[in-house]
Formats: sequence, structure tokens, C-alpha cells
Amino acid sequence: MHPFAYARPHDEAQAVALVAEPGSTIIAGGTELLNWLRLGITRPDNIIDIGRLPDRANIGLEDGFLTLGALATLNQIGEHPTVGEHARVLGQACLLAASAQVRNRATIGGNVLQRTRCAYFRAAEPLPWACNKRAPGTGCPARHAMNDEHAIFGWTDDCVAVHPSDPLVALAALDADVDLVSPEGARRLPVGKLHLAQQEAKAIGHDPATQETVLRHDEMITGYRVPLLPGARSAYLKVRERQSYAYALATAAAVVQMDGDTIQSIRVALGSVAQRPWRLLRAETSLPGNRLSADTVREAVQWDLDEARPLSGNAYKVRLARNTAVRAIMAAVES
Amino acid sequence: MTAPTEGRAIGAPRPRIEGPLKVTGAARYSADNAPPDALHATLVGAPVCQGRIVDVDASAALAVEGVVRILTWHDLPTFGPVPPWQAAVLNLPMQSDRIQHEGEPVAIVLATDIQAAEQARTMVTVRCAPTPPVLPGQGRRNLITASEEVDESGLVEGERGAPFRIGDVDAALASSAVRVSETWIQPSRHHNFIETSGTVARWDGDLLTVWDSAQASFIVPNVIAAALQLDPGNIRVIAPHVGGGFGGKGWVWPHQILAAAAARIVDRPVKLHLGRADQYTSTGFQPLLDQFLELGATEDGRLTALRHQVSNITSMTEVYVEAATEVKDLYACPAIDVSQSVEPVTVNLPTPMRTTNEGCGLWPLESAMNELAHRLGVDPIEIRLRNHADREPTTGRAWSTKHLREAYEEGARLFGWYSRPRGGRSEGNWRIGTGMASSTMGQIRFPGNATVVLQRDGDVVVRVDIQDIGTGLQTLLAQVAAEELGTSVEAVRVEWGDSDLPSTGPMYAGSGTVANTSAVALACRDIRKQLGEHSDTDDVLDALRQTDLPQITGDGRYELPNRVPMDMYGGDSGYAIRSFGAVFAEVAVDPELGIMRMRRMVGVYDCGRVMNARTARSQMIGSLVWAWGKSALERSELDPTTARWMSKNLSSVHIPVNADISDLITIAFIDEPDPYASVTGARAMGEIGATGADAAIAEAVFDAIGVRFRELPITPKRILDALAEMGR
Repeated sequence: MHPFAYARPHDEAQAVALVAEPGSTIIAGGTELLNWLRLGITRPDNIIDIGRLPDRANIGLEDGFLTLGALATLNQIGEHPTVGEHARVLGQACLLAASAQVRNRATIGGNVLQRTRCAYFRAAEPLPWACNKRAPGTGCPARHAMNDEHAIFGWTDDCVAVHPSDPLVALAALDADVDLVSPEGARRLPVGKLHLAQQEAKAIGHDPATQETVLRHDEMITGYRVPLLPGARSAYLKVRERQSYAYALATAAAVVQMDGDTIQSIRVALGSVAQRPWRLLRAETSLPGNRLSADTVREAVQWDLDEARPLSGNAYKVRLARNTAVRAIMAAVES
Repeated sequence: MTAPTEGRAIGAPRPRIEGPLKVTGAARYSADNAPPDALHATLVGAPVCQGRIVDVDASAALAVEGVVRILTWHDLPTFGPVPPWQAAVLNLPMQSDRIQHEGEPVAIVLATDIQAAEQARTMVTVRCAPTPPVLPGQGRRNLITASEEVDESGLVEGERGAPFRIGDVDAALASSAVRVSETWIQPSRHHNFIETSGTVARWDGDLLTVWDSAQASFIVPNVIAAALQLDPGNIRVIAPHVGGGFGGKGWVWPHQILAAAAARIVDRPVKLHLGRADQYTSTGFQPLLDQFLELGATEDGRLTALRHQVSNITSMTEVYVEAATEVKDLYACPAIDVSQSVEPVTVNLPTPMRTTNEGCGLWPLESAMNELAHRLGVDPIEIRLRNHADREPTTGRAWSTKHLREAYEEGARLFGWYSRPRGGRSEGNWRIGTGMASSTMGQIRFPGNATVVLQRDGDVVVRVDIQDIGTGLQTLLAQVAAEELGTSVEAVRVEWGDSDLPSTGPMYAGSGTVANTSAVALACRDIRKQLGEHSDTDDVLDALRQTDLPQITGDGRYELPNRVPMDMYGGDSGYAIRSFGAVFAEVAVDPELGIMRMRRMVGVYDCGRVMNARTARSQMIGSLVWAWGKSALERSELDPTTARWMSKNLSSVHIPVNADISDLITIAFIDEPDPYASVTGARAMGEIGATGADAAIAEAVFDAIGVRFRELPITPKRILDALAEMGR
């Protein structure tokens, strides 16, 4: 770890100004930044502590939306009755993330900006091997070596990493928006548009390995807005090797509106299969109007999974992702 | 089954006497010691898995504020030869430009604070001329041939991995009615203890004080003294608590020598505490094991042949044999042929780990017994009873005591084995299956020494240089002293963890219980004997008060038969000595998601007299937790390009968490004393619970979903891939 300057702004305006300075990095809960500092993933000159900014941990209802301040912790969201009532999938996703201790510190603003758990990426400096995220241009060892837990969608030869967040997958399935602020002012984006799969970064002319989001360096997440969907039922399912304190092999967030036995609308996002939450758009388009059955759902989800491009070690994830999605959809309906 | 007798000290479920120290944070571990003026050390590890150092550029690192010195191999003295079976690594690092494995120390950063030492170590540039890696499967397997002699240190495990043969296995297999012939694999695994290893070294003239984390502190002076060419009598080791050892702190590792050497070079105390990532390459691990095992049997399931060929990886420059063939004495069998080989690859040196030997060997043997039972349609318990070894098969010796039959019976009763549904059942999305296996652990014994002081005020002090490796041994010693002297356990104070105390054996595989409960009992009897010369009362305190002595001191020396420095499996006692058990598992598998869950487990163990019902139970629960980790989670993977351990942290290297462990774990003991194993009737328990349990769990998975896994761990990927291959 290398020395850095530390600043704690009193208000958002001051925070925005400090964050915009070159070499600045934001700290809130600190659960992820500390890892980066220790591993040498980042070496900031200034750390801007926004963790105590006022009024940014709110959770509430506003004009048909559930609103979340960026500093709300995963446990606060997970245990909040309003979240449980209107966005069950998000509460479940928060409580299945990390460990109780981490969830008490980790904020919903920082959580979506955590980086991949790929072991090649997470090695301590000096970097002992290639990694296009850590040392651009060196290559991606996971592409052909240890890739059991890597992407089945959206990857390129440059990088096959997945995004590990749980809450992000739920927010994507809920069609939430993320609110950003910078010296240029505020803007709002769909959460699903915040992150880039490697193929998408490449398509717009960016480095597929390092361009992981559309955030500008001077931008800061201030909160989220989740549209309330009348009668919607939702569920989050996380599959991992051990039952707590483990990143997922695959997750699924499902939000379903039913009309009797018939699916009225459905949104499903898979997690840990790509560098962003992966919406199952074919299933979302084809299922409404159909009577609900596990077979119908499986068939529709399979159609999306037919597009998967597994790597040498993760063919199992295609099947796992399908089954996880089907289970999450059925669990949402039964909730 | 006998319950601890009311009012008796031995066997009672006493809480640990060091418990309050630990839960209040008052227990001092090695890294809690920082002598004034101490420098903090960090190690710069070799960036490649083998080759030569071209040069080490420390200029940028030396510019970091607080950095005092950076040592390379040019700065270190030439070490003297270190004793095998005490020093883990014989080819010590930092003696030349040679790199023997990734992470091997190539430089030591010394700084006034740990932050500077950590920062600077990332700024040391090591330029190397690398040699390509040799990965598992690419090395040459070398057969272990000669049996090694017990040397005067007494720590050589005599027959470790030596080939053994009786009968004609080829002929027996050829004529057997049934044959199981398969290969079982288990991955490399690290100890992953909470307290990483660390050493604080301080010189006062020629005297060296070492605060250490060690399972056998008495060997630390021998190794450091040999390396630095000193008198071991000039070295004091303070090592009371060990925050997890599991074998990984059993021998002396290079960092312990380097800390002392660095402190001498800079003439200041040095604190060298390994970081979490350092731990994966600075001490050992349990090696990847490939085991071919064949059983031949008659139509009614009686074994006619056992062939067991074990291969484990080792480092390029040294041999570690994981003696998995030591399970050859579990079943009666007329023809046995076992052999071991090692495959040198470019990794650090492996070492014993929870559970060594039988913990590794029972994975194939008990799996094969279950396959044999299934093939013949015989109950898994029944097939084990039909092959019960009434005497030790390889020697014909009688067992000291053996209650394995009772363990099967009691385990079956507690589990409800005979009323279980066969072939699994469904519960929602889950398939539920059951399995069982035998457990066994050979006895490795060492002599023990203890002093017991009875004071006039009734207080008793037990003095012995044991280490607290978390098993609760100090409490056992207090219980033994209380029972022998007829005092209360509360009146006994135990002093431990300092080489100024009477030196005793190591804390290996439960051997500390055998040696030290015996030595304490003998020391108490020495007190009684001395007092008997003065008085005829049975009450030791009354007897003492009848003298004018302020206190009386008893010495206890526990000797092995023929006064050997170490013995195995009974040695010259005339009997075969071994602990036994039976383990039962109920497991749930979700075939769509590939996940599995521990539903419940039962373990019944025959480990001689139980010294403390509470710590014994805890030890066995912990062992089953490890077994679950081995079965479902744990593996340390090597990157195929660099031969570097992939992940070096507890976030990505999974060991079980509480949520993985069912609260339906039932532990029971046969609790019959073994008069030949120790003075107190105790036998080593060690981590016997982690032997055989993997095979029971894998059998339960087979029962649930019909897939035989012969490679651990049984992960979601493996379950889903196996089911896909079967078209399910």
C-alpha cells in the first residue's frame, strides 16, 4: 500500500469538486477500496471519504418510485420493510451478498462499482502474470486457463471477467435508474446501461478489458430510483459453492406480473455470467401471455442461453444459469 | 459407553482454562510481541517458480521512509545444515541465486513500521532467469523404496511410505469374484489457519529469544541453532498460543530462521509475521494425491487382495511423502501390496495437514469398500464387519484395545442407519442420500516431561512446555493433576508455552495428549510417593502439611517402551495401537443447481479414555467440518502457466463457514481406557473425525443422485458436468 492524502468533504458540492480532481478515488464503506489498495490494483493520490455525507443513506418512496441513497448499506436495504414490500428481489440480493460484517459497511453506491473477482486480476503487486485489466496489452490468461467461474456472455479475447455484484442484478431486473453527479451537473441512467460487457466496450471503440462502465472519472453515484410495479412479485436466487461469504457461480433476479395463471410481464437478469447483469430479453418478450409452467419458462430461458459462449472450463454455467433463472422465476411467482 | 463419573475430574466436560484469555483478547500470540526498537520485516518472494536471480534492485524500496535495510542472499550468512524432521525445508532459501519455487524468499525488507515494510516490498524489483515450470502430471514419479531409520532426534516417522507386501496380490486379484479398481484424486489444500505464521526474534548478546507460532517449540532452537551455528541452549522460545496449526506449524520453516538471522545482522529485534498471501508459499500444504486402489473379494464380500499405489506432488528439491498407504491395517486381508511415489513439481514443499496419512488414504479405501458393498448388494456396515481385523493385519499383533464393532453399532443406532431409505429420496428440489465409512488414525507417540508442584496452600502448579494448538490440552492436564492429587480442577494452574519449562514432545496428531497427560499423572504419583515417605494419609495436602516443606515438587517422565524417542502404532509395546471410529452422513444434492448440503452427521470414536467430554466433542465436530471442507469446497489450484497458486486469500480459497455446517452433528465416544497407549488410558484423537468422512459424504452423494465422484471436492461444476455427461 502506498501513501495517499485523505479528505472528508462536508457536503455534496465539496465532494463533487474533490472527486473531480485528478488522482482522486472515492471511499464510502471501504470494503472494496481497501482490497484494491492492498493488492496494488489502484494507487490513488487522494482518497475522498464521502461516507459521512448527510442525507445520502435514505430509503423511501417518492412519486411511484422506491428511492435509495448511495450510502445506504446492504444490510440497511436488505432489512428495510419498504424494500421488502416493493422490491423483494433487491432486499434478498443485498442479504445474500458478502458477510454480515461486510454488509454493515458496504454501500449500494460502491457495491455496483466493485470489480471482478477473477484470481488473475486479484493478484498482489507486482503482478505475477498477464492481465489486460491490470496491465493493458499483456493478455488474458483466463481466456484459455482457469476460467471455471468466468463469462459465458459478452466477453472478448481481451477479457473474460464477470461482474460479481448481487444487488446490481436485482436493480437491473427492476429497471432501476442510477443517479450520477459531476461538476457538469446531474444525470440519470438505466442501471442496465451503467456497465459494459467487453464486446460492448469494444464496439464503441474502448478498451474491452478496462472500460467496465460508462461512468466518467469525475462522476459519483448519488442514488437509485426503482419504479414501483403494481402487483409485481420478485425473487433472487444465488448459487455458490459455500452458503455464505462467497461470490456466485450464477445468480438470477426475476420480477414477474401475473394475471391469474398467465404471465403478464416478466423481467429476468442473470448475474455472474457477464461483466454486466444479463437480461434474458427473448424470454422477457416471449413469455407474456403464456400460462405459467416450469416447462414453458425453461424453454423460453433456454432460447436466451442458446446465445451463450462458454469458455474451456465453464460449459456447466450455461445449464446452471438456465436452471437458476427458471428457479428464480418460479420462486418469484410463488412468493 | 460410560458417562463421566460425577465428581471425577478426568472426563468431565470442563470448559477450557484458556478460554477467557482468548475471548477477551488477552491471549498473546507471537505477533502480539514487539520488543522496543523492533524492526518489521516483510519478505520479497521469488516471482517465478524456478530459475536464477539475476539481480535484485532495491533502490526505490530503500527510498521509502522508514525502510532501514533490505537484505538479499549476499547479506545472509551461510547456514549450517539443518536437521531433517525438525526443519521442514533442508535446502534453505537465500543461500544462492537459485529459485526453488514461486514465493521463496529472495529479499527481506526491514523497516521501522509495517506499513513502510509492506510498501517497500512491492517496490523491490527481482530480475530472474526463469526455468519453465513443471506442473502436476508433467513430472517424473519416483518410487519410494527404502524405509527410513529412526534417527536420534526421534522425529523421523520410520516407515512413512515404505513399500509393503504380503501374499500374492496379482494372483488373488485374478481369482477374486469381485474387483474394484479405480483411481481417486484429492487436490492440494492449504492449512488456512487464522493466525498466519510469524516469528519475533531478539538477541541479547549471545542469547536469542524467539516468540513463535509453533506446534513443537522444542525443535525451534535445534533448527535455528544448526542454521546459525549456535548452542541451542542459548535460545529461548516463547510460544504459548497457536492460532491454528493443523500440521502447518509442525516443523520449522525458513522464515523462523530468517527472522533470527536478520535480527543478528541488523543488531535489532525483528518481527517477521507472514502476510496472508505469503502463507501459501512460505510454509507447506497437503499435496495433490493420485491414488490407485484395487480390492479383490469373494462373493460374500471377504477381501482377498488390497493394492494401493499412492502418488503425491513434492517440491523440485525435496521429498515429502504423504503416507496414505498407512491405512493398510484397517481390514483383514491376506494379500496386501502398497507403494508410494512422489512427483517433483515446481511448487513449495508439502507438509502434513488435517488429516495426514489416514485422512488421505481412507478416501480411496473407504470409497472402494462402499463400491464393493454396492456391487455385492451388502450393507456397508456388514461388509466392514465381514472384514474386521481382529489382529493387526500386517504384523499379526494383538490390538491394545479395539472397539470398532461397537462404534459401528452405536453409530448406526444414533443415525438410524438400518431404517434409512436406500437409493435416496426426494424432498422438494433436493435428493437426499446417506453414506457411512470407517475412521482410523495410527498412534504416533513421543515421550513427555512435566513437573507438578503442590503448595501448602493447596494450589497446584503444572509446568510443561506444551503449545496451545486449540485442542484444550492445558485443561486436560489440570484435570489429570486434580484427579491424581484429589484436589479441585480450580486449584490447578498450568504454565505452558515457554522453553524454560520442562521440555516435552510435539503437538502432532494428538500425541500431546498421550505424552503429557501421562507425564503429569506420573509427576503427581511422584508427589504421592515422596509424601508417602513422610505420612500414611491418602490426602496429599494433609500429608504435605505434616511436613515442614513449603511445597513439594514431583517430576514426571513418560517413556516409550524400550525408551525410544518416538514410536508408531504401538512400537515395542507388544501391541498394535490405533484409534478407530465410524462416521455417517446424510447429504442433500440439488441436481439442477449442482449444490450439496450437509444435512446431518454422526461420528462415534474409540480413542481410549476420554479426558474431557467437551473438548473431545469439539475436536470431533471440528474434524467433521474439515471433512466437509475437503469433500465440498477446499482446493488450492495452480495456474498452469506460472505454477503459482491461483488465489492467496480466504475470500477465494473456500473453507466451510457456519452456514455450511448442519447443527445436527452427533458425536459419541466408546470411552474405554487403553492401558497400553498411555498412563491415563487416553489414546491420541487428533483429527480422526476427518478420516473416512469424505468417503461417507461421497457415498451419500452417490445414494442421492447415482453419481460416483472419485475426485474431490464435489463442486457444483463437477456435479453438473457429471449429470450432463450421463444425459441427465
